[in-house]
Amino acid sequence: MKRAARLIVFYAGLLGLWTLLAQMKIWPPYLFPTPWGVGDALYAGFKDHSFVIAIAVSMRRVLIGYAISVVLGMILGLGVASSKFLEETMGGLLVSLQSLPSICWWPLALLWFGLSQNAILFVVVMGSLLSVTLAMEDGRKQMPKIYSMAGRNLGASGLQLFWYVLLPASLPFIVSGLKQGWAFAWRSLITAEMLYLSLGLGQVLMMGRDLNDMSAVIAVMILIIAIGYVVDGVVFKSMERRLQQRWGLTPST
Amino acid sequence: MSTNAHNFPAQLPLPVDPRSPARIGGARGKAGRVPVVRLVRGVSADIPKVGLTDICLSYRTQSGERMLALDHINLQVKAGEFLCIVGPSGCGKSTLLHLIAGLHQQTSGQVLVDGKQVQGTGTDRILIFQELGLFPWLTVGDNVAFGMKMKGIGKAEREEKTEYYLRLVHLSQFKRSYIHQLSGGMRQRVALARALATEPDVLLMDEPFAALDAQTRDLLHDELERIWAETGRTIIFVTHNVREAIRLGDRVALLTFRPGRVKREFPVDLPRPRSLEDVDVARAAREILDELREEINRSLEEEYNTGPKTIVPAEGQP
Repeated sequence: MKRAARLIVFYAGLLGLWTLLAQMKIWPPYLFPTPWGVGDALYAGFKDHSFVIAIAVSMRRVLIGYAISVVLGMILGLGVASSKFLEETMGGLLVSLQSLPSICWWPLALLWFGLSQNAILFVVVMGSLLSVTLAMEDGRKQMPKIYSMAGRNLGASGLQLFWYVLLPASLPFIVSGLKQGWAFAWRSLITAEMLYLSLGLGQVLMMGRDLNDMSAVIAVMILIIAIGYVVDGVVFKSMERRLQQRWGLTPST
Repeated sequence: MSTNAHNFPAQLPLPVDPRSPARIGGARGKAGRVPVVRLVRGVSADIPKVGLTDICLSYRTQSGERMLALDHINLQVKAGEFLCIVGPSGCGKSTLLHLIAGLHQQTSGQVLVDGKQVQGTGTDRILIFQELGLFPWLTVGDNVAFGMKMKGIGKAEREEKTEYYLRLVHLSQFKRSYIHQLSGGMRQRVALARALATEPDVLLMDEPFAALDAQTRDLLHDELERIWAETGRTIIFVTHNVREAIRLGDRVALLTFRPGRVKREFPVDLPRPRSLEDVDVARAAREILDELREEINRSLEEEYNTGPKTIVPAEGQP
């Protein structure tokens, strides 16, 4: 309860400060909108369904892209973790590639895939693939060996061993990497959408800029933050909680 | 030491019908009252269930020296027999179980099951690890069903057998619990049920009761003996506790310290059920303990006095 009160005070203060600054009219309203201006923009956006469509399109893209990177990343990570050769050669490359912002792949993506949805997906995958790969590699190494031995002992091998033993056994160690991968995927998606007319949230954001409608821009920014937060808070938090309960990692409070 | 195979005591009676309750507390040990040749699980009792011939295992230490861990191990285990292996820590007794389970590969020698050489892991030999290796992401029931699922056994049969084996270890009402919610003794029983549910011919147990309190251990001894009698499995049980070995085993094999060799085999002809506190058990244990102590002293000497540079040479090899 106390925490909720603190949160309310904090956000009320933030809104108050914003209102105050906007009311002082230091900058013209079309550059520095008021909170209710943004509220109106949000309402209008949802009323004419443009935000709904944008969210649906963006979510669809990020889910596809993220799913591809999770599958690829797990295979790659497992490969790197279980082969000394791959670890020595590809391990370093993967780490160094991670310093490359995913949008740097955009020119290549345009050449390879043209101005299309696939180009955006490519950037999303490149954005999150490395986090998932590195997390899986790390998870595979941290995972106690006893589980894979017990699995083999009980008759699991090959794909069965991976699906029923190695994957669930490494999940607690890779969940933070999966989360990071999701954040990267989401960021890469919005960036890519901003560069290409494509219906998604990124495009709606750029449209606001083109129309000099800062209220709409801020409204979309709030949406992007909110979706990222909700996915993190709902999907990943509950996954983490369930893992902790099953494994008994934290005392149940 | 390669004559170990012949140390097998001739007077040891072959297992009676494994499903017969008379096996416990019956006239075991009194040769002559038990038929000499019997078929257990469809295999002639003349062929040992598990045969280890000249098993050697060596590996490279970090300093690059070759280390001989197991040296010409010869052991024959009859179908339905309960064999205990004792030895000081570091004698390679756990490793030996891993070899039989097919989790590792010996340097030379053969592991035979029913006269056939083993190739990798197989569900005819299930190992209960010292650390158990229960899967924390699965419920107790799913843990027990795991091996059957890997074998491709249908859901209905899996359910039924899971129920059966959980009842056998008295854990029926914990089917939906997760592993971390159970006590040490209960986890031990889950591991036992999980191993049994795969219906292996040979059960390999690696110091399974070492970390338990005395009361729980006594209870589990009784249960293991009962389950062994009811299911007729062949059990190879590794422990460092000589009394436990006498309490449970038909026969006790003593391994030497580094490299592990079979120093001696002791038949245990005491009537079942036995108890750790029995005078006879204590007396039988004393004899083994005297020999074991020699090995423990050797291991201590090596660890503390002579330093790490002395690697025991592979003396006495043919």
